[in-house]
Amino acid sequence: MTEVLSEQMGSGSHAGALLEVDNLHVEFRTRAGVAKAVNGVTYSVDAGETLAVLGESGSGKSVTAQTIMGILDMPPGKIAGGEIRFRGVDLLKLPEDQRRKIRGEGISMVFQDALSALNPVFPVGWQIAEMFRMHRGTSRGEAKKKAIELMDRVRIPAAKERVNDFPHQFSGGMRQRIMIAMAIALDPEILIADEPTTALDVTVQAQIMGLLAELQRDSNMGLILITHDLGVVADVADKIAVMYGGRIVENAPVYDLYKNPAHPYSKGLLESIPRVDHKGHELYAIKGLPPNLLEMPTGCAFHPRCPYRRDNCVTDAPPLYTISGTRGSACHYWREVIDDGEH
Amino acid sequence: MTANTESILEVRDLVKHFPLTQGVVVKRQIGAIKAVDGVSFDLHRGETLGIVGESGCGKSTLAKLLMALERPTSGSVRVNGKDIAAAKGGELKRMRRNIQMVMQDPYTSLNPRMTVGDIVGEPFEIHSDVVPKGGRRRRVQELLEVVGLNPDHINRYPHQFSGGQRQRIGIARGLALQPEIIICDEPVSALDVSIQAQVMNLLERLQNEFDLAYIFIAHDLSVVRHISDRVAVMYLGKLVELGSDADIYDSPTHPYTQALLSAVPVPDPEGRETRQRIILQGDPPSPANPPSGCHFRTRCWKAQDICAEQTPALEVRPGSDHPSACHFAEARDVVNAQ
Repeated sequence: MTEVLSEQMGSGSHAGALLEVDNLHVEFRTRAGVAKAVNGVTYSVDAGETLAVLGESGSGKSVTAQTIMGILDMPPGKIAGGEIRFRGVDLLKLPEDQRRKIRGEGISMVFQDALSALNPVFPVGWQIAEMFRMHRGTSRGEAKKKAIELMDRVRIPAAKERVNDFPHQFSGGMRQRIMIAMAIALDPEILIADEPTTALDVTVQAQIMGLLAELQRDSNMGLILITHDLGVVADVADKIAVMYGGRIVENAPVYDLYKNPAHPYSKGLLESIPRVDHKGHELYAIKGLPPNLLEMPTGCAFHPRCPYRRDNCVTDAPPLYTISGTRGSACHYWREVIDDGEH
Repeated sequence: MTANTESILEVRDLVKHFPLTQGVVVKRQIGAIKAVDGVSFDLHRGETLGIVGESGCGKSTLAKLLMALERPTSGSVRVNGKDIAAAKGGELKRMRRNIQMVMQDPYTSLNPRMTVGDIVGEPFEIHSDVVPKGGRRRRVQELLEVVGLNPDHINRYPHQFSGGQRQRIGIARGLALQPEIIICDEPVSALDVSIQAQVMNLLERLQNEFDLAYIFIAHDLSVVRHISDRVAVMYLGKLVELGSDADIYDSPTHPYTQALLSAVPVPDPEGRETRQRIILQGDPPSPANPPSGCHFRTRCWKAQDICAEQTPALEVRPGSDHPSACHFAEARDVVNAQ
C-alpha cells in the first residue's frame, strides 16, 4: 500500500505529521441562511497516535471527519477554505479518482450506526470482499477468502459459516466488528472512528475499544476517535481536541486535559459528568444551550454560557493561544481557568 | 432524599412471556420470549430505585408492566396496596394517576402537531376532575415554570425546542397529575453531556419538592449511581443483585455486576495502563432460550456444575449484606481497583 501511494504522491518524505487538517472551513447553505459548521479547525495525527475529537452534537466533529474522507454532501456542504494534507499532499486539490484510491487504502472510516452503514441486501462477506475487488481487482474467490480472514481477525466466531449471513442476522457488537473489518481491509494508515461505540452496551463497548486498540498496535495506524464520551477518551487517547461551535477550543495531551483543563468549556464538561467511582453531590451543569450554527454568538462562541466571561469576550473572538508546545486554549482567560485548580 | 421504609410499590414474582407463534392459518405456540422472568422488589416513598442492565434484559418491558401498559403473565404490582396488574376500567384509570412515566426519546414521545400547552394539559382532559377547565391553562403554565421552561412558550410546538427542553416538557407532562411515582425510562440517554446534568439536577430537585419516588431505568451506570438510593441489576429478565448504591458500586457480589462495572470507562486517564478489566466474551443469550439454572453461567468465569442445575435465588448470602443471585457471591471492588 505504501508503495502505491508514494508512487502517486511523489516521495514519502515530508515535514509534519501523517495527516494534517489546517484551518479548515466548511459551510452549509440552507434556506434559513449559511450554517458555519467548521470554522478554522486545525489538528494533526501521526502513525500510531490516537487523537480524540471531543464535542457535543453540532460541534462540527463529524463534518470535519467527512471532509477528510471526501464524503461530505456537496451541495449543501461547501468547503470554504483550508487544507487537509495527507503525507504532505493537499487532498482537497486532488481529482476524485485519486481521492478514491486514498479512501480505504490511506484513510478509512468506521461509522456510528453499523446497521444503517451496512447494505441490508448483501451478505456481510460480500461487502467486506468488495473492498478487495474494487481496489485491488482481486478475484471473487480470493476476495471471499480474505473476507473470512478479516472476520477472524476482528473475532467474529465461526467466520467461515457466517460469511454469507446478512447484517440483520448479527448483533450490534458483531455488526460493528464487520464495519471495522471493512475499514481495516486495505491496511489504512489512518482510521477515523466516528462514535464507534455510542450505540452499544458497556460490556460490548469494552470489547470493541479493546479490539480497536489491538489493531492499532499491530499495524501502527493513526486513529482519530470522534466521541462525546469523556470516559472512553480517558482510556485510549494520546491527545485531545475539544470542539465547540465548529472550532477547537482546547487541545492538549490527555493527562493534562483531565488534570487541569485550560478552557471553561472543557472544565465544565469534566465537572458535569456523573462518576461511577464516587457518588458526588449536585452536578455542575453548564447553563444554556449549544449555539445555533445559523446565528453564532459574536466574539467567543461560548461566552453566553461561560462563567469567566468579561466584556471583551463578547466582541473579540479569542485565537487558539499557545500554552506550551503541545497545548492550546481558545480562551482569553486561560490562565485563570488553569489556576482555578487541578482536578 | 431521605427514604423512609414505607413501601409505595410492591412487585412480586412478576413474569411476562411474549409467545412466539408459527403458522399462518393455524397458529401454534412454539416458545416464548421470557422478557421479565420473576422479578420482585419494593419501592419506598420518596426514594429512587435505579434499574440497570444491557439492551434486551427486560428493563423497558418491566417499566411497561409497572404502568399496566402490558399485562403480566403472572405476578402482581401493588401500588399503595392495590394490584394495578389486575385493575380494569375506571379503577385502572384512577390508579394510573398515581404512577406516571417519562420516556426516553424526547423527539418521538411528543406529538409534533400539538402545542406544548396541549401536550402538558392532555392528562387533565383524561382525568377531567383534577383541575377545572378554566384553571387548566394556568396550571400548565405553572408546570412549565416548575421544570424551568418559559411559561410564555405555551403555544409553541415541540420542534421549536432543543432536546433538553423537550425532555423538560415530557417531565412536566409526567408531573401534571401529581403522581407519587414516576418511571423514568432512559430519560437522559438521548441528551448531550452538558444537558444531561441539567435534566438530572431537575429530576433531583423535583423529587425533593414533591416527595416523588422514581424508578430510574438506564444503561449508563454512572448516571444511575448519581441519582439512585438503591440499585437493581437486571440480566435476561431477572434481577441478579439488589442493594444500596454503595453496596452495588463498592462491593458488588454478582459476577455480572462486577463485569458490568469494570467495563465502564472512568473519565480519568491516571493509571489507565494498570486498570484491571473484566471483559465478557460474546453477547447475552437469547431470552427465547435462556440457559438452564443461572442465566449468566454461559459467560461467567466462576461457573460450575451447580450453576447449570440450580437457579440461584436472589437472597442475602454469607459474607455480604445485600441480596445477590449467585451461588458463589463474593464482594469485590472493581471500580476502584487499580
